[in-house]
Amino acid sequence: MISYAECSARERLALLLDPGSFHEWLPPIERITSPHLAQLGVPSAFDDGVAIGRATLDGHSVFVAAQEGAFMGGGVGEVHGAKLTGLLQRALRDRPAAVLLLAESGGVRLHEANAGLIAVSEVMRALLDVRAAGVPVIVLIGGANGCFGGMGIVARCADHIVMSDVGRLAMSGPEVIEASHGVDEFDSRDRALVWRTTGGKHRWITGDCDALVEDDVTAFREAAIAAIGAANPLTLEALEDEHVLLTGRLFALPADHADQDEALLLWRAIGVAVAEHVPAMSVEAVRALRIL
Amino acid sequence: MSDVPAGLETLEFFFPDGCAIGAFPPVLVGVVGSGNLEVLLEAIDDKGCAVRIETSARGFGPIWQAVIQDFHARHPMVGVRVSINDMGATPAVVSLRLDQAMAEISGGAA
Repeated sequence: MISYAECSARERLALLLDPGSFHEWLPPIERITSPHLAQLGVPSAFDDGVAIGRATLDGHSVFVAAQEGAFMGGGVGEVHGAKLTGLLQRALRDRPAAVLLLAESGGVRLHEANAGLIAVSEVMRALLDVRAAGVPVIVLIGGANGCFGGMGIVARCADHIVMSDVGRLAMSGPEVIEASHGVDEFDSRDRALVWRTTGGKHRWITGDCDALVEDDVTAFREAAIAAIGAANPLTLEALEDEHVLLTGRLFALPADHADQDEALLLWRAIGVAVAEHVPAMSVEAVRALRIL
Repeated sequence: MSDVPAGLETLEFFFPDGCAIGAFPPVLVGVVGSGNLEVLLEAIDDKGCAVRIETSARGFGPIWQAVIQDFHARHPMVGVRVSINDMGATPAVVSLRLDQAMAEISGGAA
């Protein structure tokens, strides 16, 4: 068992895909680096924090991108985002069996401001085009930096999300919520709270991810292989169903729940009788709890 | 305020003598993170060993020179370009990354 969370982006590519099959586009030797960071006195990375290319997965032709969380928290800058967008646009043309996105990102790289924001919006548009064309986009989330901000939205635009229990997925990250609404609203240093509200088990129980796996590269590989055939093109009906689900969730908590743990209340409200045991339960046991 | 101006510092070193290393696929090790660096090794036709460093830690030129000289003494090769993006790695970390990159050239762990 090899921890997915502890691997670098390039180690994940080497271990998750068929051995030796990864062919990188815009590799580090091409030095397609950020035009912004050096002006701010911040060193660049030769790949701008993301590796993209084609490969095979269990013999299927796939396109793949892996974000490096250790470089600027996986933040999406102008070049980083353009690489993701280019990969997706090429997938629209070449129609691989799937696009894998090994996401690990705090969202937009704030150093690059509007250029990063625009880049993320371009990634979303390109991803939705690929999904509409019937090529499944599979997002894998299990890195230590989680998947937040604009990349959290990108992930939820995809066909299929695989998470480990140590993975995290949300819009605003814990520090952002605390900074904007205060520590009473959200204590970002309360790790148990952070995982109860953004972690893989929570996302599985609430139906925000499609597979929950152990923090193991092989488990991610198997879940990705299983998802290759699972294209899920967006339809109006599916969107309306999701809106009903989300509206129901807004009103799932009891009216008066001051001083009670909202995650436990929500899990109980959607049918998990043993809510208080969830954080300590094994991944396998939590997998059996989903009743959606 | 420090006397050292803000921004990156670029350092270049060149060693003309050594053993020809021959062709090899490019090697990248390490990640540009706090206290870490990435090292890219490429085979080049030119003679010599060319080293280029971009670092956020300004004012440490003599220490870089010592670390790179020590590296070239351990691995006296020519026909290679060493490119480094550094975010404040210590000299020991730099030496380990350089050795890791060399180990990958000679068929070490992927």
